[in-house]
Amino acid sequence: MTDDPTTALRATRLGRRFRGGWALRDCDFALPAGRITALVGPNGAGKSTLFHLATGLLRPTSGDLRVFGAEPGSPAARDRTAFLAQDKPLYPRFTVDDTLRFGRELNGDWDHASAERIVRAGNIPLDARVGALSQGQTTRVALALAFGKRPDLLLLDEPLADLDPLVRIEAMGLVMAEVADRGTTVVMSSHVLSELENACDHVLLLGRGAVRLDGDAQRLCDTHVRITGLADPATDDGLPPDVDRATVVEAAVTGRQVHALLRHSDWSPGDPWIVENPSLEDLLLAYLRSDHPAEAAA
Amino acid sequence: MIAFRIDRRSGVATYLQLVHQVRQALRLGMLEPGDRLPTAREVVEAVAVNPNTVLRAYRELERDGLVEPRPGQGTFVRRSLARPAAAADSPLRAEAAAWVGRARAAGLEREDVAALTASVLDDAFPLPDPPPPFIPAQKQKPTHTHTQEEDT
Repeated sequence: MTDDPTTALRATRLGRRFRGGWALRDCDFALPAGRITALVGPNGAGKSTLFHLATGLLRPTSGDLRVFGAEPGSPAARDRTAFLAQDKPLYPRFTVDDTLRFGRELNGDWDHASAERIVRAGNIPLDARVGALSQGQTTRVALALAFGKRPDLLLLDEPLADLDPLVRIEAMGLVMAEVADRGTTVVMSSHVLSELENACDHVLLLGRGAVRLDGDAQRLCDTHVRITGLADPATDDGLPPDVDRATVVEAAVTGRQVHALLRHSDWSPGDPWIVENPSLEDLLLAYLRSDHPAEAAA
Repeated sequence: MIAFRIDRRSGVATYLQLVHQVRQALRLGMLEPGDRLPTAREVVEAVAVNPNTVLRAYRELERDGLVEPRPGQGTFVRRSLARPAAAADSPLRAEAAAWVGRARAAGLEREDVAALTASVLDDAFPLPDPPPPFIPAQKQKPTHTHTQEEDT
């Protein structure tokens, strides 16, 4: 285990078991510092478990997880980590001002001016009760609380769920501005892949408790190809026999056409094939659709 | 100063959309030499994209000699792309309009005309080399908060 400053979150053979079975098992990944990682996976893939392990709210059953080299939940890690849970837990009877002062009391290195600025920029009165705010306003106050802490690692579990389209852009813009200002590392889960596409530059894809993809978003798109061509009637999947099947993420035959996503392979299709790099959304959807575990790409 | 907009369904890379919008603003005179581009923070807060996308676009514009970063101040326009010869009332535009009119009269569809002009343009203006690969800068722990695009 190293204190590599370029890695914000590092898992080594990380596992967590609940009564129902393993939520995460044998996970190895290294999320880079100063980047925005999309945490993607179907429900039950282990995303929330990972967030809870990273904040120290849960302990690993096996293996190890480090936040900037420190154990999650330790004072060193807690000072640098902010977590916004999906249900944005705030005290509804507190006023906005109470909430921010509460943040100041709980956090040594608290930036009250920043937190207030974020709230004011949303035209939220400081004396309003949190319980009386709209969902968009609640999200803003929760983000103000998270940013007031000046975290180096910001964990956002479905931050945009239940928000209307305008507020989604506003909330995402707020997060991006913080990253631009402070170089904060962000790990963000979302089911809205199209929104992650423009915001995230690193991807961690979980499936059934295992890591299926971990890598730079652009590189992942560059090292995959979407191919379309005439289906080979002699093979089950419609792909030519010389395609290395270990590189096939998904393949589907429609009539005479075969449409497939391949991981970087030596196979170079001839002229009649249409070959293009997938968009991030296309790539993630293909992995979510397919069930075979794939190696993590560098 | 200009405001950017992102079309998430266009299929054009986001950083290229930003590059095109600056070039367009330079052509139309909405940006002139000496004007400051919005900071990465201002752009990402408005359009909710990754800050590296903005930095990449600005680097591309810098590479083309259109803008220059001034440490501690921001990114500024160096030269305009406005060409009086391409203005709406210029003789060149009138000639182009007349030519398009003849192409249409000859039975060409919009796509035929576009393909024909693209092919002539490719002959007259060979494509430049593709840009070098972009490696997102590793951000340092920040010490200041307003001019983030210079410290990468």
